[in-house]
Amino acid sequence: QFQLTVPVAVIFAPGSVPGDLPRPLPFRDEQEMEMSVNLRTSVMSRYEMTYRSTTAQEEAALDADTAREADAALSPLQDTLLGSLTVYVVPETSSLLPQGISIYVGKHRSAMVRAGGGLATLHMRLQQLTQVMSFTPSSITAALSDRVPDNLLSLDARRHLKSSLGYEITFSLLNPDPKSHDVDWAIEDAVNCYVQPVLDKLSLLANFSVDSQILYYAVLGVTPRFDKESSSFLLSAHSLPHVINPVEARLGSSAVSLYPMLNFLLYVPERSHSPLYIQDKDGAPVNTNAFHSPRWGGIMVYNIEAPASSQASFPLHVDVDMVRVMEVFLAQLRLLFGLSREELPPEFLLESPGNEGLADWELDRLLWVHTVENIATVSTTLTSLAQLLDKIGNIVIKDDVASEVYQAVASAQSAMAKLAVGHLHSAFQASKEAVTSSERAFFDPSLLHLLYFPDDQKFAIYIPLFLPMAVPILLSLAKIVREARQRKKEPTKMD
Amino acid sequence: MAATAPGVCWVYAVAALLLGCCGVALASGVQDQAEQFFRSGHTNNWAVLVCTSRFWFNYRHVANTLSVYRSVKRLGIPDSHIVLMLADDMACNPRNPKPATVFSHKNMELNVYGDDVEVDYRSYEVTVENFLRVLTGRIPPSTPRSKRLLSDDRSNILIYMTGHGGNGFLKFQDSEEITNVELADAFEQMWQKRRYNELLFIIDTCQGASMYERFYSPNIMALASSQIGEDSLSHQPDLGIGVHLMDRYTFYVLEFLEEIHPASQTNMNDLFQVCPKSLCVSTPGHRTDLFRRDPQNVLITDFFGSVRKVEITTETISLDSNLTDFETKLPKDELATEPLKYAEQLPVAQIIHQKPKQKDWHPPGGFILGLWALIIMVFFKTYGIKHMKHIF
Repeated sequence: QFQLTVPVAVIFAPGSVPGDLPRPLPFRDEQEMEMSVNLRTSVMSRYEMTYRSTTAQEEAALDADTAREADAALSPLQDTLLGSLTVYVVPETSSLLPQGISIYVGKHRSAMVRAGGGLATLHMRLQQLTQVMSFTPSSITAALSDRVPDNLLSLDARRHLKSSLGYEITFSLLNPDPKSHDVDWAIEDAVNCYVQPVLDKLSLLANFSVDSQILYYAVLGVTPRFDKESSSFLLSAHSLPHVINPVEARLGSSAVSLYPMLNFLLYVPERSHSPLYIQDKDGAPVNTNAFHSPRWGGIMVYNIEAPASSQASFPLHVDVDMVRVMEVFLAQLRLLFGLSREELPPEFLLESPGNEGLADWELDRLLWVHTVENIATVSTTLTSLAQLLDKIGNIVIKDDVASEVYQAVASAQSAMAKLAVGHLHSAFQASKEAVTSSERAFFDPSLLHLLYFPDDQKFAIYIPLFLPMAVPILLSLAKIVREARQRKKEPTKMD
Repeated sequence: MAATAPGVCWVYAVAALLLGCCGVALASGVQDQAEQFFRSGHTNNWAVLVCTSRFWFNYRHVANTLSVYRSVKRLGIPDSHIVLMLADDMACNPRNPKPATVFSHKNMELNVYGDDVEVDYRSYEVTVENFLRVLTGRIPPSTPRSKRLLSDDRSNILIYMTGHGGNGFLKFQDSEEITNVELADAFEQMWQKRRYNELLFIIDTCQGASMYERFYSPNIMALASSQIGEDSLSHQPDLGIGVHLMDRYTFYVLEFLEEIHPASQTNMNDLFQVCPKSLCVSTPGHRTDLFRRDPQNVLITDFFGSVRKVEITTETISLDSNLTDFETKLPKDELATEPLKYAEQLPVAQIIHQKPKQKDWHPPGGFILGLWALIIMVFFKTYGIKHMKHIF
């Protein structure tokens, strides 16, 4: 039984208070929603809403011209506890939000909602907003995917990266034609400038380590078709799954570490196959010229323009535009983690997080899902460990395994308690510790049980051994008993 | 006339309607097939290939395993996702008349031991304990990554075992056995920890069907080369090498797999028909009751190949490119420094022009001395001692 609590503060700007509030400001309210995953697991989500009106400083901040400036001015005034949300309700006629947009979500953990239409619409908008910014029922059931009966879960839900203690990211440049293109990419600088800020923000979630490599003469597995109309080469959408395999053997993914690996490949097509575009299912070329595979990584095709003069000397020196490349790779990284911005209703406006890669509330979303997933994994692991011990009686549990189990149980309980209160950060840390301890206990090498003795084999082994030995012993015992009885009878005989 | 014309029109209308329906059904059938292609829900593939017999006359088991390894690699699973366990080394065996080769067909048509075979567990490392450790994941922390099965809950795993077996057990290395109950328990441990999405278990031994009788975890499909009470037979001997090269069941499975390419849509029902009793002499069996999907919908490449689900990336984020502290890179052409040369390693000129060294003379010793002493003794024994005056 999970209980997830999200503290939400709803702040009304002057002129935006709906007329039919149940109680005068400020007051608290709670909304609960229950999702049941299977017979034994259910998730109760509780939103603790605190309604109040604005302070003077907040009013001044809300007087700004655009929503972005208001958001920037308001962020130092909020409490930035992980997992909490702050919603500002602005009057209907306010010019902060552009036309047609009724909800604006900022970079940090705050949002602005346009008032109007009474309390019911406000509640509906608030519910939509809190679901976007924290978790939705489908994301929670996806985290608990191994408990859900199979046919209820959509296939999309299973493709995000599983929660892990660390991830290994590899950037590879594939140059199949070094004779024509001498490709140079400033990967180290690009990683420091663009990738590292994103990873720093995600460092709360897991440890990341980054490598890069350049592979020469690595070709794709499929031959692209030449399209006369656009005089370019096209890779169709159904041939994309076969592109990855011939390359994967050369990526060296087995050498690095035990964490899940994410590969990001930049492919520079050969001169004879340039320019190369990727076609989607409708036949239109994809504007990012990239595709990704869930739980594996992404590939981007970088086309080099043919030299203007036919007398250019080969190999052509090419400097890769790392900004364009990193935009696509970081977008793919977000999609692999499950942060997508496409499924929102049209009246939402999301602030772009800029160079940080993801907004604070998106990080919160990941944390909610991963915490729930971690706790579910811990309970499954410990239950199966207990079942194993019940079934096979003669396993020896070492002391350190036992202490890991106790620690896992304690951490999991504390994580559930903190989730119920709403402290997301400490709940996540506790769940990480619980997962580490339970994995260590379950996968301890000493738990391997090889001594399986079915009953008929037990008889077959022990009877031929002990029966011949036992016959004279039993007979002599019987003789002793008989003699003892005779001795007891003799005094009565002798009289 | 007037009656037949509307009758004809009516027939035409019905025919057109039927064609339209067929067209729609066909289109939706193609759509369904495309969707079913994505219904397996796995994102990566692993393979665990085990050969459990040792000694030269069990050449065919190693050839079996290497043939499956070759097919699996050809269809796309990389070495980092294959755990190959071979109990003996046939390619470099002193009795192999063609060293560094393992053939799977007589007349030496196909060498399955090519240039890039990566054996993870070799020779005496193939034990029941190591096999169970690989499956359940209870590996000591010092094990290298290539020896681990790092599958997750979205992995489809192919497990192929071959060797000598009996009713309920499989012999490892001629000294120990794994029973079907242990195997079933190992799979249950894998399921509890969600180490697989779907599992295909193929076994090619005598009485192989007994090994999958006791499975009770979901999502397992099993194939065996013979039923209980039957022996699996080997295919053909090669007179040049002197041993049987392959087992029948795996031979025909291989012929079947050679026609599969990574994009093929062949399903599991075809694999079940592979070796009928007329060719195989034993009756292959299979078990699909634990498997959630219909075998008709399961593609061969779901287990033997590695076809990944891809999605087109349609979102991008925007980055500011005017960031400072880009270090200035070193210019590409560096100034030429003084030419470097190696120090002389060997005085080659001196070696070439050397005269052969004079060897000092030593008096004969050892065997030669003893031989001559024997000859002289025999001579004087035969002809008497008075002939010694011919010497002195």
